[in-house]
Amino acid sequence: MGPRELILGNIAKSLKESALSPSSRQEIETRLSAHANNTVPRRGQGENEAQTALFIAEAERVNATTERLDGLEQVGEAVLRYLASHNLPGSVKVAPHPLLENVDWSKHPTLDVARGRAEDSDQASLSVARAGVAETGTLVLHSGPECPTTLNFLPDNHIVLLPQSQLVGAYEEAWEMLRGDSNAMPRTVNWVTGPSRSADIEQTLLLGAHGPRRLHILIINDKKTT
Amino acid sequence: MQSTSRHFNSNARKGIADAKLQAALSKLSHGFPVKRLAAMARLPEFEALRDDARDIKEHTLANLGTYLEIYEAKVLESGGHVHWATDAADACEIILGICRDVDAKTVTKGKSMISEEIAVNEYLENNGVQPIETDLGEYIIQLRHEPPSHIIAPAIHLSKEQVAETFRGEHRHLQTGRNLDEPRTLLEEARGELRRKFIAADVGITGANMVIAETGTSIIVTNEGNGDLTQTLPKTHIVIASIEKVVPTLEDATTILRVLARSATGQEMSVYNTFSTGPKRPEDLDGPENYHVVMLDNGRSKMLGGEFHDMLRCIRCSACLNHCPVYKAIGGHAYGWVYSGPMGAVLIPGLQGLAETHDLPGASTFCGKCEDVCPMRIPLPRMLRSWREKAYAARLGSTKARFGLAAWAFLARRPSFYRPIMAFGVGLLALIGRRGRFSTLPLAGGWTASRDLSAPEGTTFLSQWKRGKR
Amino acid sequence: MSDMAQKDTDKKNMDKKNVGLFVTCLVDLTRPSVGFATARLLEAGGCTVHVPDSQTCCGQPAYNAGDKVDAQALARNVITAFEDFDYIVAPSGSCAGMIREHFPALLAEDEKMSARAQGVAAKTYELMEFLHDVLGVSDTGTTFQGAVTYQDSCAGLRELGIKEQPRALMAAVDGLSLKELDDGESCCGFGGLFSVKYPDISGKIVDDKAEAIEKTGADVLLGGDLGCLMNIAGRLQRRGSPVKVRHLAEVLAGMTGDVPPIGETKE
Ligand code: SF4
Repeated sequence: MGPRELILGNIAKSLKESALSPSSRQEIETRLSAHANNTVPRRGQGENEAQTALFIAEAERVNATTERLDGLEQVGEAVLRYLASHNLPGSVKVAPHPLLENVDWSKHPTLDVARGRAEDSDQASLSVARAGVAETGTLVLHSGPECPTTLNFLPDNHIVLLPQSQLVGAYEEAWEMLRGDSNAMPRTVNWVTGPSRSADIEQTLLLGAHGPRRLHILIINDKKTT
Repeated sequence: MQSTSRHFNSNARKGIADAKLQAALSKLSHGFPVKRLAAMARLPEFEALRDDARDIKEHTLANLGTYLEIYEAKVLESGGHVHWATDAADACEIILGICRDVDAKTVTKGKSMISEEIAVNEYLENNGVQPIETDLGEYIIQLRHEPPSHIIAPAIHLSKEQVAETFRGEHRHLQTGRNLDEPRTLLEEARGELRRKFIAADVGITGANMVIAETGTSIIVTNEGNGDLTQTLPKTHIVIASIEKVVPTLEDATTILRVLARSATGQEMSVYNTFSTGPKRPEDLDGPENYHVVMLDNGRSKMLGGEFHDMLRCIRCSACLNHCPVYKAIGGHAYGWVYSGPMGAVLIPGLQGLAETHDLPGASTFCGKCEDVCPMRIPLPRMLRSWREKAYAARLGSTKARFGLAAWAFLARRPSFYRPIMAFGVGLLALIGRRGRFSTLPLAGGWTASRDLSAPEGTTFLSQWKRGKR
Repeated sequence: MSDMAQKDTDKKNMDKKNVGLFVTCLVDLTRPSVGFATARLLEAGGCTVHVPDSQTCCGQPAYNAGDKVDAQALARNVITAFEDFDYIVAPSGSCAGMIREHFPALLAEDEKMSARAQGVAAKTYELMEFLHDVLGVSDTGTTFQGAVTYQDSCAGLRELGIKEQPRALMAAVDGLSLKELDDGESCCGFGGLFSVKYPDISGKIVDDKAEAIEKTGADVLLGGDLGCLMNIAGRLQRRGSPVKVRHLAEVLAGMTGDVPPIGETKE
């Protein structure tokens, strides 16, 4: 008997000898396809504007910075300003995301824009969040040709574009959005709540352990455009 | 890793005498628990979420075989592989095999308690593959060849000076006169060292906080982002999971994540919660080409449905350690193996044998705090007591204590003997204890070593009551 | 006594709650004053107090040591001695917790005893909760001058949920001011046999507790469990601390003049 059969056999045996009451295969299939919500905190529920305010407050509690923009045309300017404010060179690795294709980068000749996955030498990246969760100020990003995962982790400075229309109250709503996009999970879904940190040395909290030292969120008012 | 659990008492004494450790533990007592309370206060649904989390796991465990099969099918569907391992040796061999298949020289690792449990680092190293821990705390203790002293803060027992010394000894290519005085400079140095290793690694190994049957997904939870670099940059990603980690759906996993960080560090959510499903898709610009899951049993299938069943709900959050008076007095190394605190005292005897480890379940005041804070509502004291019953039946532990207890119980079961003998005893003690207390007393050395013993008033309550005193 | 009067007394006695006082082995043997204080409080609350002579120990030491057989025997003894009373009251969260929370499980497989264990469990109370919740006592009418701090018993707190009751009763004591302990819900390191089996660990925990007690600036530590109190008193005395230790029942019953603090002599 191989290890798989051995383990599953042991499990079956233990369950049979126990007082636990198993469900039928049908019940389990139904539970999986229903994927019902459990308790969902009320905290994130409300109007889009209230959710945006909560999202900002929660993200800033965990050391992210945020900025609200009126439209995509302000993105280039905001990125430049952000880089300058941290004395960073005017260059950014940008996700090859359709939304960012709408940004007219040529208006900012001092900004060096490259597209693709992140390399170790990249100091700043710009990616697009699939959703923002107001409950805890969490960004939901996922992998795909338009959004390489390395952008979220390698560069020291991570700038994320979040269309305000993509703000939801709870994580469960973000799962529904992803299920609507495709019936298979992407390789990676990242929930990001603030910049990287560690308290492993003397319980002193320090930002920028292995991932980004800074997380800057650009919330775009896209009500006009969507 | 060689277990030193049988030296629990001397380990504990060492911990109590270690001033640096004591400073760290006192900081811990005022850190995580306070933040946990604050996080709970902000979330009125917290108790309801705990109930949900417990129920999700209980449902899954009652159907464990089915959920594992569904999970496995989903992993395969997404292009990954699942390897089943009955024990630590199996798991190590499988992992080495995967590393050899891709000619791996170095392997980066995200933090994983299961990898500590199976001691895979040692095994890889002995077989020519260099494992590199990337969680800051794990990296430090790997350099020092120490086991973790806390399940989520593995280097909590070390001072920054000790870390600096370790770095100077290990990072010999760096300038000798460099400043390593502050946690910040130490972190920067580790970050710099590990960055190169992340990029050079051939394989990345992570643990899994949970795996999801619905989608074939594995989850890691970190604050540093090390786990993500570990599992994104190398060509091969290996996940070490154990059979009890499965949950049905994304929603179920979400519920458990809501209680995990709050119970652990008091964060509302850890910085990075990462859900991985299969290898990179052909059109993706990054991500691993191979995705392997090693599904470990190591005694868990036998725990199912038995007296230690509830322990299978454990999500390794560390709340029970952070609130345990014994853990906070002695630190994690006293437990002598990779787990510690109440959860360790329940798990270790099962994994290492009770004969050598009976002091772990023995050393509890049964104050109940662990069960009170456990997000999964695991009855830890009840299980510690189960171990004590087994130890008592097997006649493990000090014969003096057993004899004393047996003598006491013999009398207490026979009130007509008990009364006069006790009355005589307390009268005598009161006579010699006229100062009101004893600072030493024959046979009471365990007590009087660290505190005085108050003398009895002299006559028992029952005899006075019988004589009519009110 | 005339027939009429006799009838009246009978009726009164029938209305009175018959309480079995489980005094606990520690109180019986080492500090009877707590037992008398308890009896006074119960009588003042309108109860008839009964003290069965066959009581010894609730069996917790054996139970916690993994000695189930002796624990079961002692549990049966308690049940037989106490099951006929309306209520069973103990001046200890730990012993009341043993009877209420553990007897039913301990005797679950004993066909004859299991239902009786549940019956006894259902009417067992710790003293403070009984006074406050069952008898509805909000003020014992006593005076105590001084700043006190209070150590909750772990079993009382977490097994029985006792937290507000002793505080409500203390608040009504004239002259008493309460200074809460930092990290007050943490264990004092007693743990019964734990304290002698693991003296170093127990000593470290109780030392931290003693330090927290001193930090409050209180003159007296009160509590509801004699085991914890003996442990803490012993450590405070070893540290040379001026803080005195007493069972809350002594304060509520106005008996502090009759008996010195734990581990002290009269005068
Ligand atoms: S036993 Fe409970 S509190 Fe302890 S680590 Fe496991 S889940 Fe957390």
